[in-house]
Amino acid sequence: MSIPKTLQEWLQSIPNLQMQKRSEQWLQLLCSAEQLPALTRHLMEEEEAEFATLLVEESADALSVHYLFYLPATGNLIELKVEAPAGTELPAISDTVHAADWHEREAWDLYGLRFSGHPFLGDFVLHDDDWPEGLDPMRRSFDGKHRPDLHGSGADWAPPRLLQEEGAMVFPVGPVWGDFNESGLWLLETPGEQIRYLHTRLFYKYRGVEKIAEGRTVDQGLLLAERFAGAAAFAHAWAYCQALEQIAACQIPTRAQQLRIVFAELERIRHHAANIAEIAGSTALSVAKALAQGIVEDLLRLSARLCGHRYFFGVLTPGGLREDLDEGKIKLLRQTLPELDQRMQQLEKHLEGSSSFLDRIEEMGTLSNELARIYGVVGPIARASGRSIDLRRHLPYGQYVFLSPDVPVEQEGDGYARLRIFFAESRISVKIILDLLPFMAEGPVQSPCPIQEGHALSWVEAPSGATFHWLRCTGDGTITRLRLGTPGFRNWHAFERAIEGAAFQDFPIILATWGLSIAENDR
Amino acid sequence: MSFWPYYGLQRGITTTAWPDGAEDSAGITPGRPCALQTGHAEEIAAACPTQALKAVSQAGRDGVAVDFSHCIHCQRCRHGDNALPWSTDFSWGAPSAAARPALESRFTRSLQVLYVDAGACGACVNEVRLIDAPPYNLHRLGIFVTATPRDADVLLVAGPITDAMRTAISKAYAAMPEPKRVMGMGTCAIHGGVFGESFACAGGLEKIVPVDLWLPGCPPPPLAIIHGLLSLVGRVTPAALEEQP
Ligand code: SF4
Ligand code: SF4
Repeated sequence: MSIPKTLQEWLQSIPNLQMQKRSEQWLQLLCSAEQLPALTRHLMEEEEAEFATLLVEESADALSVHYLFYLPATGNLIELKVEAPAGTELPAISDTVHAADWHEREAWDLYGLRFSGHPFLGDFVLHDDDWPEGLDPMRRSFDGKHRPDLHGSGADWAPPRLLQEEGAMVFPVGPVWGDFNESGLWLLETPGEQIRYLHTRLFYKYRGVEKIAEGRTVDQGLLLAERFAGAAAFAHAWAYCQALEQIAACQIPTRAQQLRIVFAELERIRHHAANIAEIAGSTALSVAKALAQGIVEDLLRLSARLCGHRYFFGVLTPGGLREDLDEGKIKLLRQTLPELDQRMQQLEKHLEGSSSFLDRIEEMGTLSNELARIYGVVGPIARASGRSIDLRRHLPYGQYVFLSPDVPVEQEGDGYARLRIFFAESRISVKIILDLLPFMAEGPVQSPCPIQEGHALSWVEAPSGATFHWLRCTGDGTITRLRLGTPGFRNWHAFERAIEGAAFQDFPIILATWGLSIAENDR
Repeated sequence: MSFWPYYGLQRGITTTAWPDGAEDSAGITPGRPCALQTGHAEEIAAACPTQALKAVSQAGRDGVAVDFSHCIHCQRCRHGDNALPWSTDFSWGAPSAAARPALESRFTRSLQVLYVDAGACGACVNEVRLIDAPPYNLHRLGIFVTATPRDADVLLVAGPITDAMRTAISKAYAAMPEPKRVMGMGTCAIHGGVFGESFACAGGLEKIVPVDLWLPGCPPPPLAIIHGLLSLVGRVTPAALEEQP
């Protein structure tokens, strides 16, 4: 679709704004730092744009910063590109686009790019007690192969304390805690029973994936894309392959397009079932947890039988898929899925009949519609808080153009709403797969995808929400920039707001109902 | 609420018979490549993106050796004209070069495990979460998961050992009572896997604490994790990290 007329006219009225059409869908605006705030405000307030991601690229003597937005109504991409010569500051846009807050903190930590007006830069990706001051690892001059000799002060890091009351204390959870949890630190500020503020400190799992990808081949990049957030391996590998396919203008065979949807939806079901297991487990409902885990395990076995790997590693390749599914496997899928679906539905029914369970997740960890909008949360979290957004519908890719899947929406934004969304989406995913199977096209599952110089932005609706990958590579297939804009990074940002006011013992339950991946956030 | 036990019973027993009985359910493991005698060793080895495959020549015969500590299950050696055979086993736990002897008999039916995530992607985390789910039911083997190092006999670490987790790992290890054992789970924990050694990752658990058992796999399936734990108390035969043709 083309850019809305009103927007075009408004943009044309701005002096010194360079416009460039990257494609029918994608409009690039080269603007100055001064123009940035007004442009973002207009996009957000008048055009109801969604913030996609922010990324920095380094050239010889400047940093260029790309602010990416999309318009859900028309499916357009709007890119604001600003040059920041060495030493300059950019105005923070996070006062209008709150979703960009963490992005700006990240850019400060990793590139040393300062945003004027940002209230809280520092100790984010790089922990102050660990990392030497003033060393920006994403800069080209920094050698990412080795650990720097210099190290942080080693002094204990202390977060800002907001609660100044007699008897108030900070209760730390993490980084090593519970049975099988991902590493992260949560500092609960409390006067006794109620959590007043939560300070989340993540990036204990920061593997510098965007940095170490630079200089590797695009083929090795795919291995990284699959493995930095393994619970959504297929989704991220798909986004990555789409970027390469876009650069090469490669057409994917229909059958491969369809199979990609089959795998992506299977991954979504498994991801949601695993979240449901965690929710049940957090409320000590062990039979429900066991039943959900049984479904997860059977889905993993099904995946391994279909494509050799329980988590879809090594299934995708630029240009299609490595292997086809033969008739026998399609049949296996057709036979197994309805039974698994039934078990899910039964579990849902049983859970809905357990009032003591519902008591623990209803009105728990609520994110209001207003906050969901302000924080620009994505995926099931957004949809449980009344935001009907889903890239499969609003920025459709591959065969989703024809499928436009149903998008379930709940209004309450609490733990129960999120549980219902996980169930509803799994059901829809099952239907998508079963509806698609009778219409599988014949033919190959791979077309050639030659390596070319270029860059591309690609996206998928991963199980946990909108994912944007930006890839730039040279003609010999070396990655010069890989940006992984993940749903985890978006949603963790808002998590703190859902905790405030909750009771202490509800913290693990709320955490489970959000079902956020730290691996995906930390990268 | 009171119906839950009934719903549970309705599903019947789903727990594997392994290690007492055989287990070969489809999809329970992704399997892994086997070493092979072949004339195409060089080609096959060159196609592996992590140098896990090596062309070797022994007694005049050529073949491909597999170094599991580098294999990331990319499946590239599984298909095509030069495909290697793949096993469908899961007995993957292998002693490290510096392994201490298996824990004595008093641990064989009561072993406490502390899991620490040092940058694992969701796949390793998800597999480890399943070890005490009904299909695998870790507890029946007398193995329990604890959240505190003071109770732990085994430190189980997954991930490429991120910078910010170094301290947590050494502190956890130091706080564990003797005798104690350490198990590095997933290819990442062995040499860093796809992440390797970098400014952000140590690229190997051995750089932080002594390791007794390596569990290769990307990710190792739940039964492989259980195989690793049982190896630490000498209840199963450990595997080797490499396979020669
Ligand atoms: S599956 Fe393992 S051995 Fe085979 S090519 Fe991939 S990394 Fe190499
Ligand atoms: S070994 Fe593989 S599955 Fe495990 S954390 Fe590393 S990349 Fe993920």
